[in-house]
Amino acid sequence: MNLLVKNGRVVDPALNIDRIADVIIRDGMIHSVGDGSVSDLPVFDASGLIVAPGFFDIHVHLREPGTEEAETIATGGNAAVAGGFTAVAAMPNTKPPNDNPSITHYIVAEARRSSPARVFPIGAITKEQKGETLAEIGEMFEAGIVGISDDGKPVMNAQLFRRALEYALTFDMPVIQHCEDVDLSKGGVMHEGMYSTRLGLKGIPAAAEEAMVSRDLILAHMTRGKYHIAHLSTGRAVDMVREAKARGLRVSAEVTPHHFTLTDAAVADYDTNAKMNPPLRSADDVAALIEGIKDGTIDAIASDHAPHHVNLKMLEFDRAPFGITGLETAVALALTRLQLPVRRFVELFSTNPQKVMKVKPWGLFNGSPADLTVLDLKRNWTFEVNQSRSLSRNSPFHGWHLTGKAVATIVGGKVVYEDRA
Amino acid sequence: MLKRKDLLGIEDLGREEILEILDAAESFQEVSTRPIKKVPTLRGKTIINLFFEASTRTRTSFEIAGKRLSADVVNISSSTSSVSKGETLIDTARTLDAMAADCVVIRHSASGAPHTLAKLTKASIVNGGDGSHEHPTQALLDAYTIRQRKRRLNDLKVAIIGDIAHSRVARSNTHLLTKFGSHVWLCAAPTLMPLGIERIVCENNEFLHLTNSMDEAVEHADVVMMLRIQFERMTESFFPSVREYFRYYGLTSARARWAKPDVIIMHPGPMNRGVEIATDVADGPFSVILDQVSAGVAVRMAILYLLLGG
Repeated sequence: MNLLVKNGRVVDPALNIDRIADVIIRDGMIHSVGDGSVSDLPVFDASGLIVAPGFFDIHVHLREPGTEEAETIATGGNAAVAGGFTAVAAMPNTKPPNDNPSITHYIVAEARRSSPARVFPIGAITKEQKGETLAEIGEMFEAGIVGISDDGKPVMNAQLFRRALEYALTFDMPVIQHCEDVDLSKGGVMHEGMYSTRLGLKGIPAAAEEAMVSRDLILAHMTRGKYHIAHLSTGRAVDMVREAKARGLRVSAEVTPHHFTLTDAAVADYDTNAKMNPPLRSADDVAALIEGIKDGTIDAIASDHAPHHVNLKMLEFDRAPFGITGLETAVALALTRLQLPVRRFVELFSTNPQKVMKVKPWGLFNGSPADLTVLDLKRNWTFEVNQSRSLSRNSPFHGWHLTGKAVATIVGGKVVYEDRA
Repeated sequence: MLKRKDLLGIEDLGREEILEILDAAESFQEVSTRPIKKVPTLRGKTIINLFFEASTRTRTSFEIAGKRLSADVVNISSSTSSVSKGETLIDTARTLDAMAADCVVIRHSASGAPHTLAKLTKASIVNGGDGSHEHPTQALLDAYTIRQRKRRLNDLKVAIIGDIAHSRVARSNTHLLTKFGSHVWLCAAPTLMPLGIERIVCENNEFLHLTNSMDEAVEHADVVMMLRIQFERMTESFFPSVREYFRYYGLTSARARWAKPDVIIMHPGPMNRGVEIATDVADGPFSVILDQVSAGVAVRMAILYLLLGG
């Protein structure tokens, strides 16, 4: 695949590049960044657009194998590139869960066959995500996992989590925790506070997340393990991560677009598309998350894309499953809601996610896979959930007017998504 | 007539609407004293009682109210319906709507279930109690009873005591009474006092007070409303024992003496005698618990009439 991406503003924080330039792609690899005026290659005109290393969503649920009525690796991959992501990391809570190399092999092979985005599987920490014994972490690593997590099922046993942090050191993979003390959150369906009380819904206190973050940071300190916090949602948790980083711990954290965009007030109409875990938090928490994103405490923005079939979301709020889709809205919500310098923005969506997960880095250097995300910072558009490439429709952002969009996604030098105005 | 399709909660009712319901209930109260307790007001209308939770008084009260207005009333309880075959709430509602029901009274253990239905049905939805959220007809019949005895709904001290965390009755009554400028004192053990409750009534928060002391709540109260301990919603340990609960939060005649001499004692029922209220108080001279039940029929007649009678 050969391509000349012409005249874009090329931004790669890892290489300290930020200038108008041409990107020459030969055989699916970055050849050079500079002046491409003499080239004979097919041209992609990027005038007025940002050209960045491919964005990497490190927290998605592709539902395959097991729940293909909600999403498949193919449809999730298509939604990913439509949202500007050249790569995704797929959480292991499939049916059966990705807790052994045969499932990992299946996901890797199916992604090669059917997904336009690269798919990096995340393996389970424990067998069947039961929190009892370690899964075959090394064998899954050889099959292609880039991190381990029992996402959705926090590892409550502190000793077992300690062992996971230690064991993963061999492979330099992150141990990713969905931070929730399940005794504190039991039965809860939304953030515990004035709204849960007014609505008569059982609350999930901020303390459920903070207690687990606190415990895990102590264990990360003890083990020197590589620890990553999934979808961090409370202000106090941001403070703890900031403090842990200052102490030099190997800790990283991601925040989802819905947690910095919406508050628990969004539940007021019992909209099941406002039900997710961790829940939408208070306005103070949202402010603290945005501050953490701006000051560098938060490493990455990840969607926690969690498709559910419409039949499951058309239930009483108490009974509906947690989670919303997010691949196609994440970049645009971040552009719309966070007024960030472009360089910081690219760090959050590409540079840092590549550092968090155990992946071979890509970027605008010679020899890198030519995976690029092209942004139009000024594009005004409306998200129409019925046109989503995901198989599911559970988004609270239907009809939202957004400013800024990924307008092209290039994987291996091939334009796999393009939306020119 | 109410200018709304549904009655889902007190929170979004205006004071004028509440007064309209209470005034209409006064005229309907008389119907229940006649030898032939029936008026033709809602002849030809169909009301469905859709009860997903066990209920004696609310379901019967709605049924009697509908029948005294000459409506056709059909009762469905979850154990005998297609719900037990796995049908979703929404499909059940659409099915009833397709049968051209005019009104569905729903009680459900999930907060917000009536709100979900209301968006999907042509029929009027009346909330007969949803989870720990609201029980608007209970608050309206309580207001009716209070107004009957006190001749006003403002400037009263109303103590609501017990399991505030799980109580839809507490929430609906708090919304209603603070809207009229009465002072509501919510009293519970800290384990049963939910986070943020002091802010739930928004613009009327100055009328809402919280205490863990029953003596403080009852002192000079015009109205003492005891709540049922909802053992069925309690999945964890909120207090050590019933014995200890009664010691601190049970209404005894000794405690009732702290209130005003003309205090009225209320309870939405069903009572746990000896848990939240002593038998001699429940059956004593200040108790209006049975008046609440009679008011329930009149108030529900008023609601059905004002929603469907146009």
